[in-house]
This record gives sequence, C-alpha cells and structure tokens, in this order.
Amino acid sequence: MTRPPGTRGGARVWSATRVLLLLVFAVFFFLPLLALLDFSTTVPGTEERTGDAWAGLVQDPTLTDAITTSLLLAGLTVVGMVVLLVPTMVWVRLRVPRASRMVEFLCLLPLTIPALVVVVGLRNVYSWVDYFLGDSALTLTFVYVVLVLPYAYRALDTALSAIDTTTIAEAARSLGAGWFTVIVRVVLPNIRGGVLNAAFISVALVLGEFTVASLMNYNTLPVVIVLLSKSDAPLSMAASLGSLLLAAALLLVLSAFDRRRPTRR
Amino acid sequence: MTTTAPLAVPATAQPPSRPGRRLRIGPAVGLVPFLGFLTIFLVVPTVTVVVGAFQDDAGGFSLDRVSALFEETPMRALRQSLLLSLSSAAIGAVLGAVLAYLILAAPPTSLLRRVATAVCGVLAQFGGVTLAFAWMATLGFGGLLTDLLADAFGLDATGSGWLYELPGLILVYTYFQIPLMVIVFLPALEGLRPQWREAAVGLGASTWQYWTQVAFPLLRPAFLGSALLLFANAFAAYATAAALVSQGSPITPLLIRAALTSEIVLGQANFAYALALEMVVVVAVVMSLYAWLLRRTSRWLG
Repeated sequence: MTRPPGTRGGARVWSATRVLLLLVFAVFFFLPLLALLDFSTTVPGTEERTGDAWAGLVQDPTLTDAITTSLLLAGLTVVGMVVLLVPTMVWVRLRVPRASRMVEFLCLLPLTIPALVVVVGLRNVYSWVDYFLGDSALTLTFVYVVLVLPYAYRALDTALSAIDTTTIAEAARSLGAGWFTVIVRVVLPNIRGGVLNAAFISVALVLGEFTVASLMNYNTLPVVIVLLSKSDAPLSMAASLGSLLLAAALLLVLSAFDRRRPTRR
Repeated sequence: MTTTAPLAVPATAQPPSRPGRRLRIGPAVGLVPFLGFLTIFLVVPTVTVVVGAFQDDAGGFSLDRVSALFEETPMRALRQSLLLSLSSAAIGAVLGAVLAYLILAAPPTSLLRRVATAVCGVLAQFGGVTLAFAWMATLGFGGLLTDLLADAFGLDATGSGWLYELPGLILVYTYFQIPLMVIVFLPALEGLRPQWREAAVGLGASTWQYWTQVAFPLLRPAFLGSALLLFANAFAAYATAAALVSQGSPITPLLIRAALTSEIVLGQANFAYALALEMVVVVAVVMSLYAWLLRRTSRWLG
C-alpha cells in the first residue's frame, strides 16, 4: 500500500489526518480501560486512591477459587484440543486426504452454531457427563474444546501447510517409527509455533468464556466477576482489567516465542 | 519415550503399513475419536435443539413452540436483536475498514502496526464481560466520563441509564466489532496491489477515479463478507449483554436466558429450544452468504 501520490502539501495534510484519526481510535479503545483502572482504584464515596481491590484479587476466596478453576479449565482445554486435533489433522493429511474437507467443515461449524444454542441442547449430554465424571466445573472442558476448534484448526492448519508433512512422516516411518512416534516426536516439534498459537487463543477464549459457564451454573472467573459486581464493584472491575491484561500478556509471551524460533536454528 | 521407536519396528514393518493395499475403511478408523467427540458435544446438542423446537411437553410432534416465536415478546426481542446486530455491524465495518486502512499505511514491521494488530486481537476475541464492565466504569453511574461530562457541562451525574438499553448495547458491541473488522478486513486490504494503482494512474486515472472505479469494486465483496461476519458475531454474542443488562430481555439471547432460568412459568424452559432454533436459522443464513462472498473475493484478493 503506497501513500497517494500528490503534492507535498497534500501528503502533509494526509499524514496529519492519519495521526489525528489514529488518536481518536486510540482514545475510544483506551478510555474504557482507563476508566476500569480508575474505578478499581477508587474508594466509593470518597475520592481516595487505594489498591485494596487489586489486593482482593488474591485474597477473596470466591475469586481465587474461580481463578484456579478458570486456569485449570484453560490448561485442560489446551491439552484436550491438542490431543484431539493434532493426531486427527496429521492422520487426515497422511492417510485420508479425502476427509480433509469434512474435517475442516466440522471444525469451523462452531462459528456457525452460537455457543448459546449448544448450551440449550447440552442438558441431556451433560446429565451423562455428570453421571460418569461427577458434577465439576472442569467438565466444561468438553464444550470448551468444541468452542476453540475453529481457531485452533486454522492455527494448526497453517503450521501443517508450512512443513512437508507427508515427506517427513514417510521418512520417519521408513526408519521404523510407529504412528505415535511420528505424531508426537516428529510432526509435533515441527509445528510448535502453530500449536503455541492455537494454545494461546484457546487460553484467552476459555479465560473470557461466560455464556456456557454461566448458563450451566459453574463458577468460572467471568461468572464470579459478574456475581461480585453486585456486592463489590471495585473488586469486580479490578478482576475484569486483570483478566484482560493477563490475556494481553499471554499474547506477548506467544509473540516472543514466535520470534525466537528462527534465530535458534 | 526413547524405547518406543525400536519397539515399533516389528509392528509397522508388517504389510499393514502399505497404504492402498488394505481395505478402504482402514485409515478412516483414525478419525473415529474426533468424529465421536464432535458428535456428542456439537451435533447431538444441535439436533436436540432442532428436534426440541418441534415437540410438545409430552414429546410428541407439535408446532406450538415454533408458533410461539411469533408472539409479541419474542418478535420484539428478535427485532431488537437484528437492529443491534445490523447497526453495530455497519458502524463496526465502516470504522474498522477506516482503521485498517490507517494501520496499513504504516510499514509492516513498524511498532504501530504490531501494537495495533495485537490490541485488536485481544479486544476482538476477549470476553464480553470485561468490555461490559469497562463501559460501565466509563459511562455508568459514577463512571469516569459521566463525571467528567457532569463537571464540564452540568449534565445529570447519575446518568440516564441509556447504557443499559439498546443504544448502550450498540456502543459497547461496536467496541469489539471494530477490532474484529480490522482483523478480518486487513488481509483483503493488503491484497490490493500497488501495481493496480500504478496501472490506473498510468492510464490517466485520478485518485478519486482509482478508488471509485478500481479499489472499491474490488474490495466490495470482502467488505460485505466481513460485515456479515460482524453481523453474525453480534447476533450470537451473549456475555456483554448479559453482564450489562441484568433485568429484562430486550434481545433474543437474553430472552433465552430468561426462558432457561425461569422458574415461574412451567414449560418455559422448552421455549428456549424454539428461540435457539431461531438463532441457528438467522446465523446460518448469514454465514452461508459469507461463505459465498468469500469464494467470490478469493478470485482477486488473496
């Protein structure tokens, strides 16, 4: 994309307009976040500054429980997603390429079916899940794996397309590797960037997921944040901003990983 | 781990490792876990919703639930939902396209470009609850901007409560629609080759002519496709509205919540099936249009 050709004055006007517009967008996006910070550090009534709400993040037992639950869910979802998706996608590429369209369609399906609809229809399935695994918030992992499928699929598909899966798998097989070894020790290390991408987006999605958890009455972080807003507004505001910053931090960690990869080789 | 490879040799050296010689069904078995999982946790719930919408309370076939969709409350909720999705998608698409263009003017490796795309990624994907609270802290009772406006212009410091109604929802939805638009529309804008502009200018076109006769027509399918995606995104969104509006159900997703949690009217929970079916139909129509537009776009802009 090049700057529109024109007179020197025209170019200057254009770049000034650009900076101005970008500033307007920046204000629009950062003002609410600033307001969150302001609200969470202000004592209601008096206008004093305090860090109580932020300290409460690690002290309030309801909140710490919810944070633990959400982090565990995020971890389990990543594991579930990788275990389910990576072998399937590798297998499709190597052995059943005819099924690739169908697998892609199924993976992208959750974009078309709102999470809310899945919740409405889940009651029967979950009465069985609860029967076998007990009534725990961690059973949400199953639904969450479905919800992250479209994003995880795209990340993994990009990574798999970048390597010559067939050749390296055949090489490993001809050297005597079993399918487990091919997938875990040969293909997986080669698509690490894609797996990390998929993992990050899954973690961010699970940490922020509210629809399923709240309608199935499990106390994950976002659900508890909404509950808390009725009794302790500054605390819930601090937790909101905290979870957003956590997601942003995860993204930074990921991009650091991504950039380190080529230099290491 | 290291012992698995040698151990696997005898097993895999057998004829089964030769592809194509075995029964056709062989390799497809590897897909069973994936298909089974998706059947249980995606297909069964969806089928449950579709079937449930056409049943009566005793389980027999009935059109009662579907026809209940055309009563006043659900119709009003649907109208509000469509209005909210349409307006937030339209505003988000236009402003998002502008922002994408502004970001694109910076070189690909610049700090601005990287920060902007990272911020957009977080804001577009991350949970609606946070965004709802951010706007409450800004424009709600005692919010930052509410207080500032009250001080500056003597406006009502308690706020008029519009944030918790449809106009407020449109504003808050726009906040996550713009970043989403940037993410999905940026690749299309990037696909706009500088050579096309050079060619147009070489043939004597003005900047205005280039945009109206070359760039806009090329970008139109991608723009409309992205706008449709935004529409579906807003229509299916639940968290932001649920966190913002604690009572009443102005839009369809909140009506589903009311139907699911209602303990007053018996049999209301089953009405959620019909409402969920309504959502599937709307989103499915929009997404098929999106897929169709996407196919048209990929001809020119990759």
